[in-house]
Amino acid sequence: MEQLFFYIFAAIAVISAICVISLRNAVHSAVFLIVCLLQVAAVYILLRAPFLAAVQVFIYVGAVMVFFLFAVMVLDLGTEKLKQHIHSQGGPAVVIVAAMSAVLGYYALKGSITAPLGEYNEAALARNTEVIGRSLFTQYIFPFEVVSVVLLAALIGAVVLVSRMKAGGGR
Amino acid sequence: MLTLNHFLILSLALFSVGVAGVLIRRNIIIVLMSLELIFNSVNISLAAFSYYLQSLNGTVFVIFNITVSAAEVAIGIAILVLVYRQRRNVYVDELNGMKG
Repeated sequence: MEQLFFYIFAAIAVISAICVISLRNAVHSAVFLIVCLLQVAAVYILLRAPFLAAVQVFIYVGAVMVFFLFAVMVLDLGTEKLKQHIHSQGGPAVVIVAAMSAVLGYYALKGSITAPLGEYNEAALARNTEVIGRSLFTQYIFPFEVVSVVLLAALIGAVVLVSRMKAGGGR
Repeated sequence: MLTLNHFLILSLALFSVGVAGVLIRRNIIIVLMSLELIFNSVNISLAAFSYYLQSLNGTVFVIFNITVSAAEVAIGIAILVLVYRQRRNVYVDELNGMKG
């Protein structure tokens, strides 16, 4: 049963990802990216991480994709011509990507888990959000603070970029 | 029974599609969306390793990853809007000058 749902989510995710990179209208690409990200959230639920699924829906689908759609709207791109759509290096790029995925797939299928298992088994992950929150504020407090500084820097950077544009005068 | 390999292959498929999008498309917005696909494929494999190794490290890493990618998108789209205001196009192979 779980496997059936995994295959459904995976198929929709991959098909919509292919639509993202092949459609010519940027708005359609953004909508298919939203579909793909929702399937990834469903995959997190299959991995017993409902907190990650919620974060995925809030941040990716809620914030990042709205930002993308906003950018598409501001730039007013419309539909591209067929010639503008694909880079001239497209043919070799597809060959290289196919070779890369063959190598990665070989190693992904060949490998097996040899590392010792940790303490967070299925029973401990039942209270997923509580476990994650506890370790975020104890074991991982330093990276947590660093990442908040990163977010602050990104915020200030975006504001500085926009305000410099205003000072430059109608560019 | 779902195994780690299922999730790794899904992650690999999304990663390959994302890399193909970065290399093939000319539109910067689509390139940024392909970067998001790559981020998500990596997040899937981190979460899968975290579940199958029964460790919490991968899950916490995914949270940090999502935060960093949100920051990256904010800066990337701000730069993209500035570039469009100056050059009036968004195609990666035409943005080849160092000085605006």
